[in-house]
Amino acid sequence: MKNCEYQQIDPQALPTPTPTPQPHHGNDTEKKKEPRRPRRKWEVFPGKNRFYCDGRIIVARQSGVLPLTLGLILVTSGLFFIFDCPFLVKHLTSCIPVIGGVLFVFVLITLLQTSFTDPGILPRATPDEAADIEKQIDNTGNTSYRPPPRTKEVLINQQVVKLKYCFTCKMFRPPRTSHCSLCDNCVERFDHHCPWVGNCVGKRNYRFFYTFIVSLSFLTAFIFGCVTTHLALRAQGGKGLVFALQESPGSAVELVICFFSVWSILGLSGFHTYLVASNLTTNEDIKGSWSGKSGEDVTNPYSHKNIFINCCSVLCAPMPPSLIDRRGFLPADESAQTGSADIELPTLAAKSEINVCTQGTKGLLESAALSPLLSTSCPQGKPQNAHSCPETSPALNSDPTSEFSKGCRGNHTSSSHGDTSRPRHTKARSKKCRREALHIPNPAFDVPVSPTSPDAAPDSKARSHKGGSLTPLH
Amino acid sequence: INTYRTSSNQLCSSKVFIQRHYSSGTICKFQTKFPSELESRIDEQQFEETIQTLNNLYAEAEKLGGKSYLEGCLASLTAYTIFLCMETHYEKVLKKIARYIKDQNEKIYAPRGLLLTDPIERGLRVVEITIFEDRSIGSGR
Repeated sequence: MKNCEYQQIDPQALPTPTPTPQPHHGNDTEKKKEPRRPRRKWEVFPGKNRFYCDGRIIVARQSGVLPLTLGLILVTSGLFFIFDCPFLVKHLTSCIPVIGGVLFVFVLITLLQTSFTDPGILPRATPDEAADIEKQIDNTGNTSYRPPPRTKEVLINQQVVKLKYCFTCKMFRPPRTSHCSLCDNCVERFDHHCPWVGNCVGKRNYRFFYTFIVSLSFLTAFIFGCVTTHLALRAQGGKGLVFALQESPGSAVELVICFFSVWSILGLSGFHTYLVASNLTTNEDIKGSWSGKSGEDVTNPYSHKNIFINCCSVLCAPMPPSLIDRRGFLPADESAQTGSADIELPTLAAKSEINVCTQGTKGLLESAALSPLLSTSCPQGKPQNAHSCPETSPALNSDPTSEFSKGCRGNHTSSSHGDTSRPRHTKARSKKCRREALHIPNPAFDVPVSPTSPDAAPDSKARSHKGGSLTPLH
Repeated sequence: INTYRTSSNQLCSSKVFIQRHYSSGTICKFQTKFPSELESRIDEQQFEETIQTLNNLYAEAEKLGGKSYLEGCLASLTAYTIFLCMETHYEKVLKKIARYIKDQNEKIYAPRGLLLTDPIERGLRVVEITIFEDRSIGSGR
């Protein structure tokens, strides 16, 4: 297996094959160069999101028109405070900038909260869970390894609800959960993906979104009213509107922006007030899930049948926690060895402690079919496991070699850098998987295995680093 | 399911997943159906009691009542900025749940070679139970 790795990487990495001792050398320097910085889970998050402030802030990959939204709000409010407030304070009351200021702050804070909060993203299923679900379906008679589209029906409050299987996240979606293709995540109580805020609107940030659009409609209406009053006052005494506009050009801009936006924002607020009162999501309303158009007697099973309770449950319910644990740390080994190639692996679960090497469920199941003795979740890692468990029966060793070299070859045919790193870190991952599996029972059991794994680990780590160190040399 | 066939004292594990139960809606609730893989390890009643307690704790976390409404209304008045500095009710109950699971593991599950994983680490999708088989002295499957 050691030789396999070398033979695959050498031709591409180096013009001449290097003797064994040298890579050890290179490996040491490599280790010293790469500081073992513990990485956080957001750095390996599989969805299309971007993170700032070390994982505290999450946004969709495409920020949409969030800068435009912010710009419009800032420009309009700025012009309002500069052009209209002085005049209105002088002629009317000084409450006006105060009210305007409060509304402006409210709008800004809720907008940023809507954009930067996790909307209720569901972390993807761990490979073990995915395999467990697939196994269940296979038992009903379907022998193909490619899972067919399927739904599961459940009864919620005497209403039949279909749960769909998500192929990306490898799980049955809970009710009201939908997969957002823009963010590539399943989001709980998915409402819609809002380009104006550059994020999905779901269970966790719906209240922020609702407060944002309601306060924005108040702000827009307020500014519109104030500007109209301002211009009317200026135009008094026969001076005319044109004169007023000339004196206060900023007001013209505000007037235009507010006039065109107030209707749509008011309409949106009204629409969402209706949704909140009936405990519906935009997604359900658009699809007509509970409108009974199919002729059956369908009602919304989630509604509490009381407007007040519906509003409270949507807006004042306890704030659910973020399930993706962005700022949690990855186990130390993975942090050091995993590189950018991680993000390309589609089935990585951000929250999985026992992280396994994966090349898709198909790959897992293929290798499982090849070697029925072996674990389904660590096919590539078997050689490492064989090393870390010296007492393994010899029967296992022959199978993994052929399988691993097959995997190696597969990687080798694609681009050099991205894929030569894969055997390296997939091996490391699976070894990590094995060690994690061993470490977990340690508090509970006195396991003689634990002394052997640290011994084996540096060797296997050294080996995998060797693989990595060869690539930059070319 | 992970199964390692080894010849001497290796600890091997398999996993059982307790899925969510959606008959009451979207609240977090797990199925209390006793999985067959645990039959040899633990009492059905004990298992049900654990799951039921977990379900009750999650219900407490998500409960709509006077206190949560008050918290929600006050939060909305501050434009929800208090969430940045205050621990929410849900988070408090999650800590309680973590303590309960640790306690159950220490007292009941670990002595039987089982390990409960806190559902929050699996995105509240499943309760993962790892079954350990000690292969030393010829025991196990």
